[in-house]
Order: sequence, then structure tokens, then C-alpha cells
Amino acid sequence: MKQLVVKDIEKCVGCGLCMYACSRKFVKRPEIGNSSSAILAVSLSGFERGATVIFCRACTEPPCAQVCPTGALKPKRGGGVVYIENLCLGCKYCMDACTLNAIFEREDGKIAVCIHCGYCSSYCPHGVLAYEEVEA
Amino acid sequence: MRDAVLVIDLSNYSYEVEHRPDLFEKWIGGTGVAVQLLKEHMNPEADPLGEDNVIVFATGPFTPAYPLASKTVALFKSPLTGNLGESHAGGRTATSIANAGYGAIVIKGQSKKPVYLVVENGEVHFRDGRVIWGIPDSLIVGRIIAENEPGRGIRTMMRIGGAGEKLVRYACVTTETYRHFGRLGLGAVFGSKRLKALIIRGRKKYLPANTKKFREVYDEIYRTAIESDAMKKYHLLGTAGNVIPLNELNSLPTKNLQSAKFESAEEISGEALAEHNLGRRIACSHCPIACIHLAALRIPYENEPYFYKTIMISYDYELIYSLGSMLGVGSRDGLLRLIHRVESYGLDAMSTGVCLAWATEALLRGVVSEEDTIIKLSFGNVENYLKAIDYIYEQPNEFYRHLAMGIEHASDVYGGKDFALAFGGNEMPGYHTGYAAHLGYATGLRHSHLDSAGYSIDQKVRDVTPEEVVDKLISEECWRQVLSSLVVCFFARGIYTSDLISRAFEPLGVEISEEELKKKGEEIYKEKLKLKVEMGFNPENLRFPKRIFEIESLHGKLDERFIEEAKNYYIKKVREIVG
Ligand code: SF4
Ligand code: SF4
Ligand code: SF4
Repeated sequence: MKQLVVKDIEKCVGCGLCMYACSRKFVKRPEIGNSSSAILAVSLSGFERGATVIFCRACTEPPCAQVCPTGALKPKRGGGVVYIENLCLGCKYCMDACTLNAIFEREDGKIAVCIHCGYCSSYCPHGVLAYEEVEA
Repeated sequence: MRDAVLVIDLSNYSYEVEHRPDLFEKWIGGTGVAVQLLKEHMNPEADPLGEDNVIVFATGPFTPAYPLASKTVALFKSPLTGNLGESHAGGRTATSIANAGYGAIVIKGQSKKPVYLVVENGEVHFRDGRVIWGIPDSLIVGRIIAENEPGRGIRTMMRIGGAGEKLVRYACVTTETYRHFGRLGLGAVFGSKRLKALIIRGRKKYLPANTKKFREVYDEIYRTAIESDAMKKYHLLGTAGNVIPLNELNSLPTKNLQSAKFESAEEISGEALAEHNLGRRIACSHCPIACIHLAALRIPYENEPYFYKTIMISYDYELIYSLGSMLGVGSRDGLLRLIHRVESYGLDAMSTGVCLAWATEALLRGVVSEEDTIIKLSFGNVENYLKAIDYIYEQPNEFYRHLAMGIEHASDVYGGKDFALAFGGNEMPGYHTGYAAHLGYATGLRHSHLDSAGYSIDQKVRDVTPEEVVDKLISEECWRQVLSSLVVCFFARGIYTSDLISRAFEPLGVEISEEELKKKGEEIYKEKLKLKVEMGFNPENLRFPKRIFEIESLHGKLDERFIEEAKNYYIKKVREIVG
């Protein structure tokens, strides 16, 4: 299975292009803004000290799916989750369950989580992100 | 497109949101819209440091739709020049304002006590700022707020250091780390309003009118930015790459422009900094270029063996000029320590350097005494300059109180006008290339080299008449009004051609031809000039410091008559345009 991975975090310049790419990922509904983005580059108190890029690491036993009361988040084969938006209540239990804080709240109160589509990796100008085959 | 304007009143801690599609349709965004908002909200006679001054922050229609639309325009009345103040900054400010749902933010009034503001989810929180007021180091202020406020990765944090609190007329507003609303004293306006910081965060979205075209145009801009040569010079050496070429062209102002060649230019060049100090590069939000160059400086503790600190310092050509060559500082370590000090207090680096350069020459010539300057300022003496920067902040005596008001003012008081290198009251940028550069500083509506890029005209053309130079400058400045209304980074001007801009508008549901764009640029220029005149600008009063005629430039020694003719022509032009 292919997954989004970090190749070299030290090269992250904090441009946020990955975040905006994630918003545009659906051909039919490319959004302008960051509401539905499921990836976030943050600094270590200023990018001069380095960065962290936060996104789902595709757990094989996803706690977020386990706490979801409606089945909106379901474990995906090979790791991570599928998100069935119209089942989502916006309870945000999943946000608490994820140790990485890799689930984000959207403008409408529902959530955004990485589906490992790889779209953002082609917009990281500095080779921090890649989309690669990973052993499950 | 975002057409919401958030109006905040600090006098009674209230706010409201107005939807102004009229403004954004007619005036694009950024500068175009900000001029109108300032006209609506501010009395042109307002005291720049009084309750009546108004700050407008405006973003444009391409933020955050496209890459490189990464800037915010701030308009206010400048406490340095007493006239229109305009300053642009990158960082995360533009995208955060847009993602919070606003096209522009207006800040009026004056708080009774220190506050900082948090804007999120359609609300404004007025937070008690008393605890962080008085902290002189803007970097520390940033860290404290970062620990206290949510929004990592998506927020902008604009704040002032001690210089803004102490109303140094050229104090800046720092945003994120190392980006600034640098020029013309927005920091002092924050200080006068007792506004220590402004934090904005949001996670909003909207949809393009044409989804398929939107992704196509996006990709085109992105590819051009990373693949073409259009922006190469900004990411390799960065603007610091200008040091050596300008020095070779006799254009690098040195020791208060007593020379335009610096014997230690190599030492403080972009090449040397990259080789010895470059520690990291970072980017403004939604910019693939990452032109922000950070130097790592390792400083030993004198009395503690094996104890070091390593600090990261952002450098650019303008800083190398103003705190390096202009002060005769030829050591990289010294230069970086000066930049760091200026950064901590939240001072504008260009004005600070030029003020100190003037003070040094004034002392050498006996225009002021050592009693005034407290320490013996001399070109190249880093330790004393570090002290002097402290004094600009602390203002321990009459002299530093005057120096903190800029050199136009200080030279009114003490003399030494001929070598007070300010244009329209704003300390000079770092290009002594020829007529167009100096005429550009004078005629540019924010007295910045970026208004009309005279330095570039000087390098491209010879044998032009004074009238032609002024026409060229005005026409470039008109076009740049379009860029600063969009608001795209000026470094991306090679990418955002009128053709591309027109095509990029289409998926957003806006039809505008290249011709119309050009016309809008001219109209915005006219509106801005009119506002400036209403605020008291009189082109007849423009002063050209004698010094610029004494020192060889790329165009040899400059002739006063040429400048005089150009000035007269410009005065005529202003009358024509303003009517
Ligand atoms: S969102 Fe968090 S908890 Fe859920 S699969 Fe991804 S990393 Fe695991
Ligand atoms: S891989 Fe796809 S879903 Fe995950 S962060 Fe990137 S664009 Fe978003
Ligand atoms: S696009 Fe790449 S460099 Fe930019 S913030 Fe994301 S991971 Fe970092």
C-alpha cells in the first residue's frame, strides 16, 4: 500500500503548500483555504528551530476508528482509516483519541483526516514529503 | 473572494464586520482597498501617535487561492514622515487573515491599558496585555504568546518589541519570526495604541467558480515558480547576492555614503554568508521559494569556557547595507550581532542603520558632541553601535530622543542636513545606482526602493532625460499597485504577468482584461497620491541630500540640475494627476 511519508523533516521550510494542496485534493471540489486540510506543518517555537509535519501515520489498529460511535471512521486495509463523511456527527472523539493530533476540525464542525491519497507530496517543493509503497 | 472587513475599535473594546463587495470589486484588494478604507475611517489630519490614527491591514483576492500571494499591506499615518505610511509583510499574516474569513482588518482608537488581540471564529478577544508590556525583546514576546495561544501552524502573530512601546518613530511590527512591517513606523503606532500584539487564526474555505481551471492555473503558477529562472536569484543566495554586484557598480552606500564602494564587501556578501553562516531557509506561508535566509551565529560566553549559544539571524541585502556597509562594519559576526539586536527591539533595520551612520558622521564633523552620543561612535565599531541601538530604545538623553524620531528630524535640530540621507522623511534604501534610484525614493509614494525600482532602471538604461526617468518611475509604480492589491510578493513579479493575472482571476469568477488591470493600477496610484496630498504631502518640499551629488555612482557623479529638472516635472505631474 502507498502512504504519505516524511523523508527529511529538517528540510521543511514551513511554507504550508502541503496544507493547501490537501484542500485541493478532490478534483470535483478543490477548496481554497485550509478547512478540510488534513496535514499541518508546525514549528518548534519558530521555524528557525525546525519543524514537525502533522498527519495521520496510518495505524494498523486505529484508536480513532475505535472511538467513533457511528462508524464514520473505519479501519482501512493496510493501515489508517476511511472517512464516511455523512455518518460523522462532529463529536470529535476521534480527535482526542489520536495521540498525534492528526485529526483536524473543519469549518463545519466535522473532521479532516489524511486518506493517504498522496496529492500533497507533489507540491512539497523541498522533498520533505513523499508518497511511497510501505510494508503493512 | 473575501469581502468581509473587520473593524476593531480599541477605545471601547468593540468590533463589527462589514461586507464590502463594492470595495473589493472596484479596488481589487490590498493597497487598492486599504486606501479606500483609510479614507473612510481616518481624518487626514490625525496625529500619527494619537487616538485618531487608523491601521488598515488588507489582503487580496489571490490569498490563499494561489502560491506567492503571500503578502499583507498595512496602511496608516506614519509617525516618521507625518504622512501616509505603507508597509508590506509576508510571514503567515496574509493567509491567516484570509483563512479567518476577512479581506481586511481596520484598527481604530486607543486602548487605555496594554492589550493584545486574538481574532478567531468571527470573534475578537481583547486580552490583558499588562504582563507582557515592557518586555523589550520581540522574540521573547512571540514565544510567550505562542505558549499561551492555540493555532500552531495556522496563526499569525504580529507584535512589537520595546522600540514600538517607546514610540521610536521607525519601530516595526514583527510577524512570525523574521518578517516585518518594517518601514515607516507601524510599530510606534501599535505602541501608541497600547497594542502589543495581534493574533489571527482561522480554518475557513470557499470554492472556486471553475474547479478544473482553478487547479490548472494553480499548477501553472506553481511549476513556473519552482522550475523557471524567474525566481532563482531569491532562493539561491537570496537578496544578499546583490552585495558584490552593487559594490562593483559603485553603488553600495558605505559609511554614510562617503563612498559607494566598501573594501570589506566580500566579507559580508551573500556568498560569504552562505558559505560560513547559512543555517536554514524558511518560507512565507504559501510560497515555495523560501527566500528567508537564516544565519547561524555561534557566540561563546566570555567567562565560561565550553559554553556557547547559537542564534539564528535572518539576513537580507537591505540589512547588510544598512547595518554593514553603511556603518563600515565588515565583519560578518559583527553585522549579524547588530541585526539581531535590531530584531530584538523591533526596530526597522534600514532606518536604524542610516540614523547611526548619520550620527557617526555628525560626531566626526563636530555637528554633535560625544556628550550627545554618550559613546564614541565610529565606523566599524560594532560594540559601540550595539550600545547605540540600546540607546535608541532607551532614549537616555535629548540626543537619542531626537535620533529616535529619524534623521530628517534630528538634522533639523542639530544640523548636518547635507549628509542626512532621508527622502520624504524616510531613511534611504541601499542603492546609489544613479538618478532613477534617488528620484524613486523621493517620488515613490512610500519612499521605498520597491515603489518603482529606480535601481533597476539605472542598471538598464543610460542616456535618458529627467522627464523620461520620472515617467518610467510612475508607470512602474502604477503597475506595482496591481501587484500590491492582489497582493502577490514583488519577488514574483516575473511570474505574475498581466496575462497570467487575468487568467488566474477567471476560475475565481472574475473577468478582467489585461487592459483593465493596467487601468486599475493607474487609478489606485491616483487615489493613493490624492490621499497623500490630503495628508499634507507637497512635492515641492522634496529634499535631495547634497551627499548624493558628491559621490561617484554607477552613472558617475550625479548632476543636481538633472534632479532639479526631474523634480519640477514630477511636481507638474502630481498637479495633473491630483487635479
Ligand atoms: S488519525 Fe491518528 S489514530 Fe487515526 S489512524 Fe491516523 S494516526 Fe492513527
Ligand atoms: S496524502 Fe492526501 S489526504 Fe493525506 S495530507 Fe496529503 S493530500 Fe491530504
Ligand atoms: S510543503 Fe513540504 S516544505 Fe512546505 S510545509 Fe509542507 S512539508 Fe514543509
